[in-house]
Amino acid sequence: MTGRTDRRIRIVVAKPGLDGHDVGAKVVVRALMEAGFEVIYTGLRQPPEAVARIALEEDVDVIALSSMAGSHVPFCQKLKPLLEQAGLSDKLWVIGGNLPRSDHDTLRALGFKGIFPTGSRFDDIVAFIRENVRPNVQEGVK
Amino acid sequence: MNDRPETTPKSAQSNKAAKPELRPVVNESGIEIKPLYTAEDVEQNGGFGFLGKPGEYPFVRGIHPLMYRHRPFTMRQYTGFGNPVQTNQRFKYLIANGQTGLNVAFDLPTQIGLDSDDPMAYGEVGRVGMAVDSLRDFEIAFDGIDLDKITVSLTINGAAPQLIAMFLAMGEKRGYDAKRLRGTAQNDILKEFIGRGTWIYPVKPSIRLVGDTIEFCATEAPKYSPVSVCGYHIRESGANPVQEMAYAFCIAKAYADDVIKRGLSIDEFAGRLSFNFNIFGNIFEQVAKFRAARGLWARIMKEQYGAKEPGSMWMRMIAGGGGGGLTFEQPEVNIVRGAYYALISALSGAQTMALCCFDEAYTIPSEYAQRISLRTMQLLTDEMGLADTVDPLAGSYYVETLTNQMRQKMEETMAEVDRQGGIVQLVSEGAVQSQVSSQAYAMQKDIESGKFLKVGVNRYRIEGQEEHEVHMHPYNEEDTRMQVDSLNRIRGERDNGKVKAALERLGADARAERNVMPAIMEAVKAYATVGEITTQLAGVYGRYQEPIRF
Repeated sequence: MTGRTDRRIRIVVAKPGLDGHDVGAKVVVRALMEAGFEVIYTGLRQPPEAVARIALEEDVDVIALSSMAGSHVPFCQKLKPLLEQAGLSDKLWVIGGNLPRSDHDTLRALGFKGIFPTGSRFDDIVAFIRENVRPNVQEGVK
Repeated sequence: MNDRPETTPKSAQSNKAAKPELRPVVNESGIEIKPLYTAEDVEQNGGFGFLGKPGEYPFVRGIHPLMYRHRPFTMRQYTGFGNPVQTNQRFKYLIANGQTGLNVAFDLPTQIGLDSDDPMAYGEVGRVGMAVDSLRDFEIAFDGIDLDKITVSLTINGAAPQLIAMFLAMGEKRGYDAKRLRGTAQNDILKEFIGRGTWIYPVKPSIRLVGDTIEFCATEAPKYSPVSVCGYHIRESGANPVQEMAYAFCIAKAYADDVIKRGLSIDEFAGRLSFNFNIFGNIFEQVAKFRAARGLWARIMKEQYGAKEPGSMWMRMIAGGGGGGLTFEQPEVNIVRGAYYALISALSGAQTMALCCFDEAYTIPSEYAQRISLRTMQLLTDEMGLADTVDPLAGSYYVETLTNQMRQKMEETMAEVDRQGGIVQLVSEGAVQSQVSSQAYAMQKDIESGKFLKVGVNRYRIEGQEEHEVHMHPYNEEDTRMQVDSLNRIRGERDNGKVKAALERLGADARAERNVMPAIMEAVKAYATVGEITTQLAGVYGRYQEPIRF
């Protein structure tokens, strides 16, 4: 699985928990695809176990969550050990949505390197992913 | 972007002398806006022929002859968080400050039919609204509130049958006659498949459940409005103002068709249908949208459904909110946006108004933010003269021209939906979802590029000071524990034999395709929970599998 340099960056965009507000997730999916990434969108209501399973099965480089309804911290607390157990610690974990600044340090401590609160720009999200995905995949990006 | 002839260099002015280059203006619905409208424009676009008088068909100018002069719009802020005790306190705070109706927010577990101790509910109990498990929670939430004076709107969709039953059962226990009890449930499941996402069962049985509630209320609670069809969330998901109304009307027709198939006449239930619409955007486009839609809905009811009662033709609506127009940046500016939205709503003849609070892009609104929204509405009726006269923009060349143009576009969009197989099929396939989502993406790109102007976002930005303006609502784990304790107490105290019998009857009625509302009433009165009733119905109907389209 590792060492492949001939493929595009693969990203899973997940809607964690029960929140049904998916406008943001869907527009980000479109922006990431337009930027040349391969994107797997999970749809709504994904429990932490499903996010970890899909990320593993789809062999993604980036695990991206979109949370609008405030349950991001408890969700990520559950997700972190599951991603670790699945051997996905070296992947890039990012999260976007309604994320109060007071939670950003907590999310970083839980392993979320990229935090994109409401108002973030597509260009910044795309640039961050390009810069932070492990270099062997990065080389394959056209 | 703005046209500023005064900045044109003098030499250029003297050379060209006459006309400045005008930027083209096209509104969100795709109608080109002229710099000047005259009587000729009205004539060329259908004239005043479809206007009529307020309170008379086609009701373009308003559904009542005197509108706010007789009774101002109801003020109904969206409220609810934590457990029913906390929410009851906030209700009373708002009523003490002059609010005239309630609009209840439920947490996500309640909205999708889970009990508070369900593993899927972890971290979500009481977070975006009030947690409800059983009738006991309704008894607490509305304790001390006079249901004759304060009408209650329940923002509930997937779990609407249970919660409507709880509301009626609570009223009955407190001595109100269900035949006279007023109130509204959102209960518009088709739009949940397009945006908002609190669906539970597959599309077909979900529509059937909406039909069950309409049919049940038509005889058992005839003053209760069992459905409020929402263009609101379709607009939030990326629809333009014309699509918002057109899709909502297609959805309302789908519910009406289900009920008519059961043998009811349109006049037996259409008078209790209502609507919930969005308001952000261009002021005149919005006012024209509502006036156009009011006439169109009346015509649909009269000509397509043969309605005879004026009430069946009324597009009654709540309007004033427009979350999609508010910004995370410079949140205090949202107070001003909210004031303009309230003005639009009043100019458009809404029956009920609710505003998004300025802090709502961040958090559950504070008391302070709620009070500002309430005062915004009160200013219009008490200081600004918006309750003095009916439909004050009528006769404006611009507004009347636009009203006719918007109605025509709505009719075209509805016809297009029918040509493509109808709204139920398009929603089932995910086609509407895909359409509005692609528009949301295009709009977001236009905002990021500066093509579509948003003050504070792509113009006049101030970096990094936003959150100082907002007080974040605290989420308390203790409230969750109290809710789960209360649920366990109910399960211990109730007559579980009665619950079991009621749930068995519910399953049997669902399988036999009988109206499930009588069985749900029985279950709710026995303190069966939201989750138990949902599980029983899902056992018969199955659960919705979302088509993954974006």
